[in-house]
Amino acid sequence: MVKAPRMQARITLEDVAALARGCAVLGTGGGGDVRPGAIAARRAIREHGDVPLVTLDELPGDALVLPLSGIGAPTVSNEMVHGEDEPVRIAEEIERIFGRPPAAVMSSEIGGGNGVAPVAWAARLGLPLLDADAMGRAFPEVQMVSMYVAGIPANLVVMSDVVGNVVTIRPVDGLWSEQIARAVCVAAGSSALMADYVLTARECAGAVIEGTVTRAIAVGRATEGAADPLAALTAELGAVRLITGKLADLERRTTGGFARGTATVEGTGDDRGRTLTLEIQNENLVAVEDGRVRAMVPDLITVVDSQTATAIQTEGLRYGQRVTVLAWPCDPLWRTPKGLETAGPRAFGYDLDYLPVEKIA
Amino acid sequence: MSITLRVGIDVGGTNTDAVVLDDDDRVLAAAKRPTSADVTEGLRAALDAVLAELPEPHLEKRVKRVMLGTTHATNAILERRALGRVAVLRLGAPATTSVPPLSEWPDDLRDTVAAGTAIVRGGHFVDGREIAPLDVDAVRKFVATTPADAIAVTGVFSPASADQENRIAEIIRAEIGDVPVSLSHEIGSLGLLERENATVLNAALYGVARDVTAALREALEARGLEVETYFAQNDGTLMAVDYAARYPVLTIGSGPANSLRGAAYLSGVTDAIVADVGGTSTDLGVLVGGFPRESAAAVEIGGVATNFRMPDILSIALGGGTIVGAEPRSVGYRIGTEALVFGGTTPTMTDAAVAAGRGTVGTRPVPEEWHERLAGAVRAADEAVADAVDRVALGRADRPLVAVGGGAFLLADQVPGAREVIRPAHAEVANAVGAAIALASGRIETIVPASGGGSSRARLIDNAKEEAAARAVAAGADPATVQIVELSEIPLSYLSEPAVRLHVKAAGPLARQAG
Repeated sequence: MVKAPRMQARITLEDVAALARGCAVLGTGGGGDVRPGAIAARRAIREHGDVPLVTLDELPGDALVLPLSGIGAPTVSNEMVHGEDEPVRIAEEIERIFGRPPAAVMSSEIGGGNGVAPVAWAARLGLPLLDADAMGRAFPEVQMVSMYVAGIPANLVVMSDVVGNVVTIRPVDGLWSEQIARAVCVAAGSSALMADYVLTARECAGAVIEGTVTRAIAVGRATEGAADPLAALTAELGAVRLITGKLADLERRTTGGFARGTATVEGTGDDRGRTLTLEIQNENLVAVEDGRVRAMVPDLITVVDSQTATAIQTEGLRYGQRVTVLAWPCDPLWRTPKGLETAGPRAFGYDLDYLPVEKIA
Repeated sequence: MSITLRVGIDVGGTNTDAVVLDDDDRVLAAAKRPTSADVTEGLRAALDAVLAELPEPHLEKRVKRVMLGTTHATNAILERRALGRVAVLRLGAPATTSVPPLSEWPDDLRDTVAAGTAIVRGGHFVDGREIAPLDVDAVRKFVATTPADAIAVTGVFSPASADQENRIAEIIRAEIGDVPVSLSHEIGSLGLLERENATVLNAALYGVARDVTAALREALEARGLEVETYFAQNDGTLMAVDYAARYPVLTIGSGPANSLRGAAYLSGVTDAIVADVGGTSTDLGVLVGGFPRESAAAVEIGGVATNFRMPDILSIALGGGTIVGAEPRSVGYRIGTEALVFGGTTPTMTDAAVAAGRGTVGTRPVPEEWHERLAGAVRAADEAVADAVDRVALGRADRPLVAVGGGAFLLADQVPGAREVIRPAHAEVANAVGAAIALASGRIETIVPASGGGSSRARLIDNAKEEAAARAVAAGADPATVQIVELSEIPLSYLSEPAVRLHVKAAGPLARQAG
């Protein structure tokens, strides 16, 4: 059954669970836990009301879009939960810098926890949420954003911490942006809220990935009450079912700050006799069967529970789980030469020429 | 030589089981009674029944200890009954204000429990610095203006830096006197909202703990028994009754842990898969070194997320009363009238197992016309068990499977994925045995420098070990035999100095009794 696109004018309390489920699917195994963001989003909507969801063409060309994300260690942000006012201080600083307040909040990364939490920040600021993000999925490094691919300079970062400090960084490039932001984060107790690539709606065109909030909610809704959640999710994503089976082996290594690993799925049922291996670096990056690559980054690869179609994050993978591996195409922006240079297989150290999932799966 | 005896009681969803053990942990008597709606009545009936089973009546006076695993606390939360009103205090502002206390609680539970909530300035950073100096005036004002049965105090990073929470306890004592206070660093681990939830539940349960303790004492006194009482907790260890009175929330989920520990003791194996087959379900868990393997996932109690470590249990819809063709439904306690082997008309898994020659139960044979269909049900059940064993075994097929519970005869003698199937004596009351033989324990979680951190790391780890051992002794363990049974480290990222979450657990046999 083909579903008509749903007009999503505002995000309500009831949308948060679906958004969280969808963000977990788009997280391709990474992006952090969606639960803390969902709790904060529900609380903020109860307190401040629904969050309008706007498209780029609904914003004036000079309207400022504020991409927000939490940075730091998940263990810390789950214990030292954010205060209410971090987004307010960042918005005030943006107004001081640009002479006008931001007009909308945007998620920097729709995949995982940073896809859900911006609902809370937008509600607190009384601003709409832009129906877009900078990845269309989750990625581990700060330069792996659409704005970088579009050639917009990373020359401003504003951070705010739980006690009220505000730090404005004017880095010379993305590398320095990452290094200084990380140092600030450590000094601030290993958790902070960050805005980078503040840009006008006009600049956003072609530099952000549009429609991803609506998409995440639709992905989350697809499995609600479905008789066959897996089929419903696969159809909604337009995904290829790479394998259905059992997680038979899991090898984890922590190197260079990344949770790397290899997961092996042995087919069951119709897929009996087949074996798929997944290469993991925070996210699921490459899927290989019999020496043949069947999907690779920046296309999306997600492991879901075969029964419930709930996404399983890489740290939640356990031997014996009954899983299905789905893969589907990334946003066209990532398939451009600059996009592939930024987040293609070679950017993660795999000596592979990118081939689109729909050609090889 | 004067022998002493002890009684283990486990209150389950369907049955309350009781056993009497002697000094050498031999089972002298066992009894099973239906769990009553008020829990206490069934508990009393099981206690009476097991004492009546003793080979000689005078032995009753030799009972010196009673160990109780009970669902009182769980039921109180699920039914929103007998819960205290709690003043909920968080130390953390200006951090943490984006999610106030009890934000995700079901409305009716929050209405029942919350006397008031406040977030005051205080709490710590991950590295031990204060987020803000403790706002003592705000604390005084809150407790003075929020009448409550108990107070729950949760400070940011208190598992690593407990001093502010301890100061609050002193302030409250000085300010309003003898109101019970739950401090979060004594209850749970890192993860503010989940630890806070558990701390509030703990504070809400003080009255329930008093009631069950009083009911038990009354039942024992009525029989002229003078005993020490202990409560089983979710990790399969015990706490003395005065300790349980302070940490009643820890009694939640003791059933699966008791059954795993009981299976270990009765079978004599310490590394095994345990299948506890009851009336409506089979619970599979894993024993590692004699203790239950714990779940990595958060545990919800009555709709509230907590970060308790519970045994990692996989439940499948297979029990003695499971209705063939209508799974997961079960005839439950009506099995004695409804099953085919008892002359009823409902085909159950008990009938299927009897027809397959796995046990002799009931008052009459299974009618011939049912055999083919029941054989199919047995095949399906065997497949479900093999699948579940494979899921919990994590790839190892070299361990035995210990079959316990009233429906253990449902399981085949050979289960794929297990080396062998062990059916110990008294398997039907393994949970009560588990309560009776349990150790006392204490645990602590904190943050220490990663390896290379030098002498301060070594000192902090020693301190944590000492604190865990002290907590085990406070729970009833013998100081001479308490040992560290678990020590794990999880690395933290984004810190100026590399650090790890350190988790330490100490356990030991109960201290010897005088006389």
